[in-house]
Amino acid sequence: MTAISTTAKSERPSSLTRIWKGLSIIFESRVATVGLFLVVFWVAVGIVSMFWTPYPPNAQLFTQNLTPNAENWLGTDHMGRDILSRLMAGTQVILLKTRLPGEGNVVIPIGVAIWGVVGSLTIGAILGLNAGYRGGWNDQVIMQVLDALIAFPRIVLYLVVIAAMGQGDLVVILAITVTGAPGVARLARSLAMDIKTRDYIRAAETRGEKVWFITFKEILPNARGPLLVDAMLRVGYAIFAIGTLGFLGIGLPPPDPDWGNMVNEARKNIFSNPLAVVWPSITIASLVIGLNLFADGLREEITRYQK
Amino acid sequence: MNEEIKTREATAPVLKVQDLAVAYKVRGGEIEAVQNVNFEIRRGESHGIVGESGCGKSTVAWAIVNFLGNNGYVKRGSIKFQGQELVGKTGEELRRLRGDQIAMVYQDPMQALNPSMQIGDQMKEVLTVHRGLSNKEAEKNCIEMLRRVYMPDPEDVMKRYPHQISGGQQQRVVIGMALLNNPALLIMDEPTTALDVTVEAAVLDLIAGLRREFDTAIMYITHNLGVVARVSSRVGVMYAGEMVELASVKDIFEKPRHPYTQGLMRCIPKLGEEKASSILYPIPGRVPAPDNRPAGCIFNPRCDYVRDRCRAERPQLRFISGTKSQVRCHFSEEIDPQKWEPSEDLELPTIREEEKDQEPILELENLQKYYEVKGNSLRDVLGFGEKRYVKAVEGASFKVRRGKTLGIVGESGCGKSTLIKTIIGLESATGGEGRYLGFDITKDISKRDEKLIEELQMVFQNPDSTMNPSYTVGQQISRPMLRFKTVPKNQVYNEVVKILKAMRLSEGYYDRLPRQLSGGEKQRIGIARALASYPDLVLCDEPVSALDVSVQAAILNLLLDVQHEFDTTLLFIAHDLSVVRFFSDQVAVMYLGQIMEIGPAEAIYGPPYHPYTEALLSAVPIPDPSVTQKRIRLEGSVPSAINPPSGCRFHTRCPRRDQLPDPMVCLTDPPLREITADHKIYCHHDIETLNSFERVITS
Repeated sequence: MTAISTTAKSERPSSLTRIWKGLSIIFESRVATVGLFLVVFWVAVGIVSMFWTPYPPNAQLFTQNLTPNAENWLGTDHMGRDILSRLMAGTQVILLKTRLPGEGNVVIPIGVAIWGVVGSLTIGAILGLNAGYRGGWNDQVIMQVLDALIAFPRIVLYLVVIAAMGQGDLVVILAITVTGAPGVARLARSLAMDIKTRDYIRAAETRGEKVWFITFKEILPNARGPLLVDAMLRVGYAIFAIGTLGFLGIGLPPPDPDWGNMVNEARKNIFSNPLAVVWPSITIASLVIGLNLFADGLREEITRYQK
Repeated sequence: MNEEIKTREATAPVLKVQDLAVAYKVRGGEIEAVQNVNFEIRRGESHGIVGESGCGKSTVAWAIVNFLGNNGYVKRGSIKFQGQELVGKTGEELRRLRGDQIAMVYQDPMQALNPSMQIGDQMKEVLTVHRGLSNKEAEKNCIEMLRRVYMPDPEDVMKRYPHQISGGQQQRVVIGMALLNNPALLIMDEPTTALDVTVEAAVLDLIAGLRREFDTAIMYITHNLGVVARVSSRVGVMYAGEMVELASVKDIFEKPRHPYTQGLMRCIPKLGEEKASSILYPIPGRVPAPDNRPAGCIFNPRCDYVRDRCRAERPQLRFISGTKSQVRCHFSEEIDPQKWEPSEDLELPTIREEEKDQEPILELENLQKYYEVKGNSLRDVLGFGEKRYVKAVEGASFKVRRGKTLGIVGESGCGKSTLIKTIIGLESATGGEGRYLGFDITKDISKRDEKLIEELQMVFQNPDSTMNPSYTVGQQISRPMLRFKTVPKNQVYNEVVKILKAMRLSEGYYDRLPRQLSGGEKQRIGIARALASYPDLVLCDEPVSALDVSVQAAILNLLLDVQHEFDTTLLFIAHDLSVVRFFSDQVAVMYLGQIMEIGPAEAIYGPPYHPYTEALLSAVPIPDPSVTQKRIRLEGSVPSAINPPSGCRFHTRCPRRDQLPDPMVCLTDPPLREITADHKIYCHHDIETLNSFERVITS
């Protein structure tokens, strides 16, 4: 028994090395590294744009519809605003800040796309874990309602929410939450159904634990990995959704520039200045692809055999 | 014996493995899973390979048929099959060999058979594809083969799908299929591990018969020493990826040469041994991980005879002069297992004297648990159909006294787990009475009193799922203390450390996560968690059956000590009869939801016994080739619990049914025969007849 006790003491890594070990898993996968690079790049751009952009993003300083040149690297839009500056500033609302309605322009950190996913994750996980663990009638009712929600075309759902509540950052968050929650719930339910068969859940039941304890303290921590990877993908979908809404003109309200809206407005001059459509499209695509690659790579590494 | 040796030398080996090393590529390098493996198999020989989990047994088999997967490859050494070198062969050549000459049987027959094809079609395919036989001829051969593996009614079986025959029959079909091409080598990888003892016994009989009948070389992989004693003529013992001993089956069990083999023999309870008179000696330490093997002899950190040379120089597999045994040990000749003494720091339980009986704390009276089965017809869906039930537990009555152990044995599906779940309240009983110290225990846990919940705890089977992977050891053990408020908050840490100490684990384990623990350690934590609220009754659902023998001995010792220290009452489920015999004071034998026999452990293992107990005893593989067992094999498979046979549930398979004066009485409920106040048998045979059964096991 002495052999066991000595190894017990020597093997306790500090928390710093543990965090590094967790991060190093990302760099094992080339896909995840590329994804992470793209995401970090856009976060960095967003942070920089808070303090500095080449020109003020909303100032009409230049001739309209300029092609790329030395002064305006990506050209100007139909109102003579610098596209590069607008693209940079557009990152903020998506990833870094949310504007609350009302007087005084109160701003809270973390962008609309991420809040939307946090919302769908919370609601979806609560419903899904409960449906999966309790089973029976609870499961039937919860999942039927969510399935009905999935059956609605997404765009129609967006339109309904926004038509009912008006434009605004919070409304977009709500729209993303409502459309995302059923998917998260399905995943959480299947995870819960798998995890609830494990012996440690039996052990908790024989201790007479309450249902909330079992779902959130015993099941949720073990469902965390797949849920987080899924959430990462969902941030990508949310950015897509915001782009779509912006393109339809019902997305994030002005004055902050919105990528989807930029595409929509540039579309009207597509024959005179086609590149103005391309830039924001590339922006949206690269961020979404980055998130997808990152999530895929991470999932692969997490599920792979570990030494 | 002599003759056997002569024929051995006369024929060339079918398979010759020399200095084999297999490596797997993993993240950040590669792992040498198997190294220095040497053995050979001749025609008509059955070569057993035993070892604990993770020692590389299956990897050797996969290397032979080149099933190592994308990341595995043979690093060194050679595999010669009938004189042909297999290492370095291309896929196509090997594929031909595998189909024609080498056949393999795996653990789970349900995964080896295609569930969507009729058995006949699957079997015929082997012959039509590899030997180009016509459909008619193939069919004839297949039926003949099914007959040779003792399948009743082969023509009918050919038309069935795999799910329509029982597990034992499925495995027979797989074995028959493997033999269809008359292979020179048959590799069996734990073919009976997934089967019940009575079924296992029949399959082992079949394999032993095949050895005589077919001239096939058999490579038999198993972790079970009892099984190896029954089926093989030579045995190779593997430890941490190396072959450490090679000898005839008799020598392995009677004169083990390697300290590891000797240690293994001391770990397993022999059938008939009991805790009051014998001690199990676990092997200290644990198997080293493949990337962390010690220099010198691979076994040296756990060896009792270790010397300087063992740490410096790796021993070679060598013949012991004057014998046919090969061993990988420098000092094998100097070791006498008879003179072995346990080293001082080995944890051993104190042998207890017989204590006087205390009051019964658990009393069951005709406890019953039915599950409703939902039908698929429209009437059932609408709720008008006749209600049908799975009668999982029927009429269970017994008393357990404080501080004692009741062992429950039976084949899978006999209701032993359901019984335990009902007692602890994961299910509510559907009838009968159950009392724990006067508390009613027929309701499920949500309707039970907090005090009652605290007193009943459970230890689980699977070490990998018994602990929540997200919490540290300390958090998991302290949870019951906080939940039941048995310990003030500021005392919890000390109390957890105290329990860890009782489990022979140091304080350093407090902050460890389950993935950093070995199987045995996880099981200790599982026991610690069950004991954290100081319950009076602990229900153990196969706590050692997923563990290796050396670890199993340590856990059994631990449970014995814990029981002694805390005066805990235990209910102990296991399918291994020698373990139950060793561990329990009382044993209940269950069949199809009913208790067939209950009595003191020593009384169950000799006559008078229930015919079912007799059949079970006759089926257990005993790790001692010198013991003879009376051969009783049960016909057919366990009937469905939805529609159990009326009267005595065992009567459809009872081998002693014909000895009754009037066999029709079996259709009525069997009377209770009280042999002594504690020993009860439910059987139509009267006590004299039961007494007249001869002993199953004689040595």
